[in-house]
Amino acid sequence: MSLLTYLDIGLALLIVGVAVSIVAAQDLFASVVSYVAYGLLLAFVWIRLYAPDVALTEAAVGGGVTGVLLITAGKRLTALKSVAPEAQPGLAFKLLIGVLATLVAGALGAVIMSLPEPPPSLAPKAAAAAAGAGAGLGNPITAVLISYRSFDTMLEKIVLILAVLGVWSVGSDKAWGHTPAPFRRSKPYAPMVFLAQMLAPIGVLIGIHIFWVGADAPGGAFQGGALLAAMWMVTMMARLVEPPRVDARWLRLALIAGPAVFFMAGLAGELVAGAFFAYPPGFAKPIILIIEAFMLVSITAALPMLVAGPPSERSEQ
Amino acid sequence: MTPSVLAGLVGAALVGVGLYGLIIHPHPLRKLLAFNLIGSGVFLVFGIIARRGAAAGFAFDPVPQALVITGIVVAFAASAVAVALILRLAAEAGSVTLDPEAWARPKGEDVK
Repeated sequence: MSLLTYLDIGLALLIVGVAVSIVAAQDLFASVVSYVAYGLLLAFVWIRLYAPDVALTEAAVGGGVTGVLLITAGKRLTALKSVAPEAQPGLAFKLLIGVLATLVAGALGAVIMSLPEPPPSLAPKAAAAAAGAGAGLGNPITAVLISYRSFDTMLEKIVLILAVLGVWSVGSDKAWGHTPAPFRRSKPYAPMVFLAQMLAPIGVLIGIHIFWVGADAPGGAFQGGALLAAMWMVTMMARLVEPPRVDARWLRLALIAGPAVFFMAGLAGELVAGAFFAYPPGFAKPIILIIEAFMLVSITAALPMLVAGPPSERSEQ
Repeated sequence: MTPSVLAGLVGAALVGVGLYGLIIHPHPLRKLLAFNLIGSGVFLVFGIIARRGAAAGFAFDPVPQALVITGIVVAFAASAVAVALILRLAAEAGSVTLDPEAWARPKGEDVK
């Protein structure tokens, strides 16, 4: 066995160990912190599966932005001292559930060990989408997201907007239209401000770069947008900027820009190229880049709003 | 054992661990974490199917990988809505519980 095999086995054990610690931790906050570490470890597995695009998304969204969301939630919940001690399930019940969970995992493992040969693949079709219709995209993932499965990607952007609407709707009636609660109630402290001032300009550049190279290399609107969103959140945490009011017109325009442009491009395809989401030959790449650029704006706006939570009355004081 | 089979088995284990946590933990935020564990386990299984489907000059099948990217973002959006609901529940009720009988009890009386 080579060194890489040992590393793979070590990584696998580490991830399952961290997952167990997420479930087994006594303390809520410890569990949340384990989850953040788990998201970053998972990114390594994706690298090993030859999926750098997924690894970038997992590290940025699954580890980073979800981490901020959960840590903020964990802190707010821990601050609530009146949390009632819950009735813990009995030992017999735990054993029963343990056996059930083991059975499910075992069955899934057995399926994985006996997957069909030869493996089914849509790779040739994706390759055709990447090369076809004058697209000339070097990154097959971007080709699948924007061309081959474009409808999925557009609907997913709409899911993001629906989620933002859902989060906003949870706030109380009186708070509607106000800004979400600030990430930190306390005054900003110098190291955080320094970090935001140093990191944000570099992070914004890297985010735009990851978006720009996405046509030909690992990256794209999702990964770049998540990074830009993270930079916005860092500056909000340092209280350099405050969260926007949820009824701000520019914010709402930014949220719908991506799906709206995507949908219009789809309709234009119907008129010009003869099918919904068909891109006219020769123009596919510029159109795809424009769609991705507006999606970048929407993702950058949506992710921090999802983390910031519903509008809050106290924010006006 | 190839890296992809190993990753698939990790995915299966994560589904099992997550399922256990989802049922055992009474706290909604812990349930949410466990649910996300199940989700990432499913993504990993999807990932090895992408790896096995290497063809047409790619080291992977881009279609499942693209779906996983979409899935990660949607999972995050769903988590954000769940967190908002949990925090609202905590702010309204003063405690975080999914126990329906807790609502019937007068405030300040804990579970025995």
